[in-house]
Amino acid sequence: MSWSALSDAGATRAEICVAACADAFRGAGEILASPFGVIPTLGARLARLTFCPDLVLSDGEAALMADTPPIGSLPDTVLREAPMPYRRVFDVVWSGRRHVMMMATQLDRFGNQNISAIGDRERPRVQLIGVRGAPGNTLNHPTSYWVPDHSPRSFVAQVDVVCGVGYDRAAELPEAVRRFHDLRVVVTNLAVLDFDTPDGSMRLRSLHPTVSLEEVVAATGFELGVGMRPEAVPSTREPSVEELKLIREVLDPGGLRESELRR
Amino acid sequence: MTDKTASVEELVGELRSGMTVGFGGWGSRRKPMAVVRAILRSSVRDLTVVSYGGPDVGLLCAGGRVRKVVYGFVTLDSIALDPHFRAAREGGAVEALELDEGMIYLGLLAATWRVPFLPTRAGLGSDVERTRSGDGVPVFRRVVSPYPHAGTGEHEELLAVPALELDAAFVHVNQADTNGNGQVLGPDPFFDDLFLGAAKKRFVTAERLVEPGGLAQGGDLASVVVNRLMTDAVAPAPLGAHFTSCPPDYERDERLQRDYVEAARSGESWSAFVERYVTPDEDGYRRAVAATGEAGGRGS
Repeated sequence: MSWSALSDAGATRAEICVAACADAFRGAGEILASPFGVIPTLGARLARLTFCPDLVLSDGEAALMADTPPIGSLPDTVLREAPMPYRRVFDVVWSGRRHVMMMATQLDRFGNQNISAIGDRERPRVQLIGVRGAPGNTLNHPTSYWVPDHSPRSFVAQVDVVCGVGYDRAAELPEAVRRFHDLRVVVTNLAVLDFDTPDGSMRLRSLHPTVSLEEVVAATGFELGVGMRPEAVPSTREPSVEELKLIREVLDPGGLRESELRR
Repeated sequence: MTDKTASVEELVGELRSGMTVGFGGWGSRRKPMAVVRAILRSSVRDLTVVSYGGPDVGLLCAGGRVRKVVYGFVTLDSIALDPHFRAAREGGAVEALELDEGMIYLGLLAATWRVPFLPTRAGLGSDVERTRSGDGVPVFRRVVSPYPHAGTGEHEELLAVPALELDAAFVHVNQADTNGNGQVLGPDPFFDDLFLGAAKKRFVTAERLVEPGGLAQGGDLASVVVNRLMTDAVAPAPLGAHFTSCPPDYERDERLQRDYVEAARSGESWSAFVERYVTPDEDGYRRAVAATGEAGGRGS
């Protein structure tokens, strides 16, 4: 079967999200891309196979990959180029040669991220995984987020625990402390958002095709910047025919990407 | 040279209630699980547990042995959250001190080097930095660099991660010799050497013990990440990391890990799990695992 018969508009929502995640790494050069989740992982691999060939990728265990294998490949089938045990990861994080795309249980208007606990931090209603590396990531190198379920529960007025540091918290820090703080984009199942505003508050960058502005506003638990002309919010780009072919035939022939959005 | 061989029970016999104890490994990978099971068979309680947390944390919490957990995350890797740890936190049974993963690294390194703190940017501005102890005192402080920045002349502020001193530490390796050298044959040594470095009592368990000099036979001397300067005693513990992964000896036993997760459903299911996998000694554990047909096999 040839994909040449398929128009660009034939991409699924998951595939549009993959391309949006890939775009987050555009122009990054030779840095470690650390994507969390299926769709960001596909995005980083797509970026390396197309416009970002120098991107460095980990096998998710303790090595860097020389090739760009399909998602879900067993570690011992992957061609490896260098060891990257967890301790070495901190050398990379603190040197700044990394762009992480983390997930977020909660994200607020200034990009504060919570993966630690819901409710009171001392006696949580829901204990989550913990802050992980989010505090250090956000202070040291570019950070983006992937939220597969854009809703008022995930986009909240104020996060219960600040793990990843947002622009309001960063602004309270001395200049020298915040000099590497750099939140880039938030890719969701509905839209792409960024912080390209004077006060670092979140703004709608593009709507995924067929998603309405009202839908995104209703799914966001805080006032979302939409610019002077809401009717002019652009549409998230569709993957090219070549990109679709790479996603479908090379990187994710098993279709894992679709299940991440269906939860 | 001193023969440091002991049994897992003898190592755990060195613990006292109220101690601060570190556990090597990462998530559900190469955790000293034989030691954790032995602690559950002992009378030790009120522990402060320091860990890149996995089922070591969950089991000790479910067994009522923990007063406080110091961690950056607690996860089972293939299953994101540990239900036993969740229950302990949500029920208010254990205190938590949550740090950035890198802060734990620096805290252990500071203790190993006998310096009071190490500086980092990690944690600044987050709620980790705002953590207060029970009496309202900030747990973390900033330091100001004594050196002006070459460009701006500014004296930079950093977070001072306090040394994470441990009363005891346990790590599990693939092979050790009777002198207390330990070899990790899997891809990642994690922070095991620093857990040992930060502790007063330093214990290694191993899938198998070899004679002194025997670890070099395999060829790669760099994989001997624990040397005898860092250990007080070493115990043989086949399947000592099971059901967590310990490659190349075995992958994670996903079926047993799911049983562990299911055991959180009720008091009865927990009791049944304990009776089957914890109450018997390690021989009993290995028999129980063999009965499931998964021991030593690839994780499902």
